[in-house]
Amino acid sequence: MAFVARRLFPVCTDYTMTSLSNPTAGGVSAPGSSQSDVHAKVYGDAEHLQVPAAAAHVSTEKMLDWFKQMLLIREFELRCMQAYQEKKIGGFCHVYIGQEAVAVGCTAAVEHKDPIVTAYRDHGHALARGMDPKHCMAEMFGRVGGCAKGKGGSMHMFDRDNNLYGGHGIVGAQTPLGAGLAFGCKYIDEVIEGKANSRVSLCFLGDGALNQGAFHEAMNLAGLFDIPVIYVVENNGYSMGTAIARGTTMAHSLITKAAGYGIDGYVVDGMDVVGVYADMKRIADKCRATSRPAFVDMRTYRYKGHSMSDPRKYRTKEEEEVFEKHDPIGRLEARLKAAGKLTDDSLKAMQKDVRDTVRDAVAWSDESPIPPMAELFHDVFVEPWGPYTGSSQPQMNGGTANQPSMRTIDTKEELS
Amino acid sequence: MSAVREIEYRDALREAMSEEMRRDKRVFLLGEEVAEYNGAYKISRGMLEEFGARRVIDTPISESGFAGLAIGAAMMGLKPVVEFMSWSFSLVAADPILNNAPKMLYMSGGQFGCPVVFRGNDGAGGQLGSTHSWCVEGLFSNVPGIKIAIPSNPYDAKGLLKTAIRGSDPVFFLESERMLGNKGEVPEEEYLIPFGQAKVIRSGTDCTLASWGRPVHFCMEAAEEMQKLGISCEVIDLRTVRPLDIGTVVRSVKKTGACVVVDQSWSFGSPGSEVASQVHRHCFDDLDNYVHRVHSADVPTPYATNLEQEYLPNARKIAEAVRSATYNL
Repeated sequence: MAFVARRLFPVCTDYTMTSLSNPTAGGVSAPGSSQSDVHAKVYGDAEHLQVPAAAAHVSTEKMLDWFKQMLLIREFELRCMQAYQEKKIGGFCHVYIGQEAVAVGCTAAVEHKDPIVTAYRDHGHALARGMDPKHCMAEMFGRVGGCAKGKGGSMHMFDRDNNLYGGHGIVGAQTPLGAGLAFGCKYIDEVIEGKANSRVSLCFLGDGALNQGAFHEAMNLAGLFDIPVIYVVENNGYSMGTAIARGTTMAHSLITKAAGYGIDGYVVDGMDVVGVYADMKRIADKCRATSRPAFVDMRTYRYKGHSMSDPRKYRTKEEEEVFEKHDPIGRLEARLKAAGKLTDDSLKAMQKDVRDTVRDAVAWSDESPIPPMAELFHDVFVEPWGPYTGSSQPQMNGGTANQPSMRTIDTKEELS
Repeated sequence: MSAVREIEYRDALREAMSEEMRRDKRVFLLGEEVAEYNGAYKISRGMLEEFGARRVIDTPISESGFAGLAIGAAMMGLKPVVEFMSWSFSLVAADPILNNAPKMLYMSGGQFGCPVVFRGNDGAGGQLGSTHSWCVEGLFSNVPGIKIAIPSNPYDAKGLLKTAIRGSDPVFFLESERMLGNKGEVPEEEYLIPFGQAKVIRSGTDCTLASWGRPVHFCMEAAEEMQKLGISCEVIDLRTVRPLDIGTVVRSVKKTGACVVVDQSWSFGSPGSEVASQVHRHCFDDLDNYVHRVHSADVPTPYATNLEQEYLPNARKIAEAVRSATYNL
């Protein structure tokens, strides 16, 4: 039997106590199947609730676009791993392979003006949001052509033009920021401009972030202040090497945490990009219309380790194979082929295109200069105050006026 | 010429916030008890009435959450003023205020700034015990990317807070519960005080006293005592420690040849040690003695009145330091 993650509509506030205490109530169980066993082991429950196929009226064109975006992210990440081995990328590097449908589907379900903020596994979100792969790769290479001129690195992808408010390196740190971005959008629309709120914010987090205090404070504030932010938990079953049930209470039903804050909770199959899009579209539309937060338990799986140094000893090969069978790219490929919208030839052409794009990004990043030494002192302050004389290095500056750079901002000018 | 009116430190803070909120709709105030309760220390009294609940926002006791929320809003281009009831409580918001606010501009390569002001009571003196008596400048002045203002009087409090709100960078604004009722001259007309400009508040010829925040008053007391002994002290209120106007201190020390730095935070790795280090560097040939420092004692803050008073920098300790620094006079 095919693995179908549970999708729960309507909202958790409509749940009866029965369904809360028995999260699989009403489900069609498939005892004995290795898939269900594996799924149970990863997420804490054997979920086989049959749900209607995503009632999305999605054009072939859109699906092909998402397919290509997912191919791009995967190829990009494979090249990242290679570049990391070649020591072109330093520090920590977390690849998104396996989770592509989440970033692509979620991004497609909202508007470009809607802010996005995420954690450190952020390359996929950056690419899905429209960051040029060159700028993303060059950032990791520590080159001046990077999105942050090589000063942020893999975990800190920022893109103002694409309303990407960062990768954030501390687990859970982005959750209050996500509330703040949405609060800011609403404040600008309603208090300053005197119109209705027009934006929702997407705040991605891993399942490990659920145990951080910041997340709970952010949820409480979002619920309390009617903040239109959607917390998308990319639940890949592991916080680094700790299986979710070993670190998180109610792991089999994360939406109960949302219920505690009066926030609508949803479970979405994050391995199906069309489903992600369809569900997230409904959630985002509601969030935008009601100006209320939402919480999504997005069931996904990362095929690679937590970071480049992770040998994945905490899980079995068998488990990985089960999820690989339901690969988001493979699933959409099968769907498109069955519908006659994708042929072996067109697939090959697409793959070549993506390979070329990523190869160009690597070559471009190789050629991009290292940041000039003056960059060390730029961007500490918007309004620097001149030389800091405390250091034994006479030329050391507290900051110099921001030079025109790839993207320079002046918050003074914002909204004025 | 009519006399300049006198108002309390807390009124000066409120005037600064209210004036900036009238001027710029992007500015809003949030924190615990700031709205309906009129502020735990009555700093925001009446502001809810004037600006409404959308701009004067009561938060739950949730420093990490609302500090982070303010930073997210600042990234969107708003200008939040966050009131910490006490800076001691900011420690549970360490990640947003130290990892996000000061680093966002740099990590994003100049794309996203954080024009947010965090303000609240700092320092001991009210028998609050150790957990509520933090002098956070000792910790936070170590971090690049934030500006830190520590005003000692109502005039500076108002002028510096307006500058803080109007600026484009994150500011930590350190007030003192012990000084909120202090009265001082504050003109009716608008003024701003730039950061990084120290003020010589008493001229002298024999010893430079450099301080900021509440201990400035102890320096003035000590200077009076020293005058009776014929030692003339020049007292400098630095007003901001980041940026630090070391130039004014250096010019003074080149004249006096002696320097005492008075800092309410602990001595090890403090703004006081930084000032002393810089004075040593710039005045190496001008000093007749090493730069003396008066700090809070290197212990957790005690509760008992006598212990707390002895723990803090006080006029007696400062006077002793001045005597030692000017031993050759």
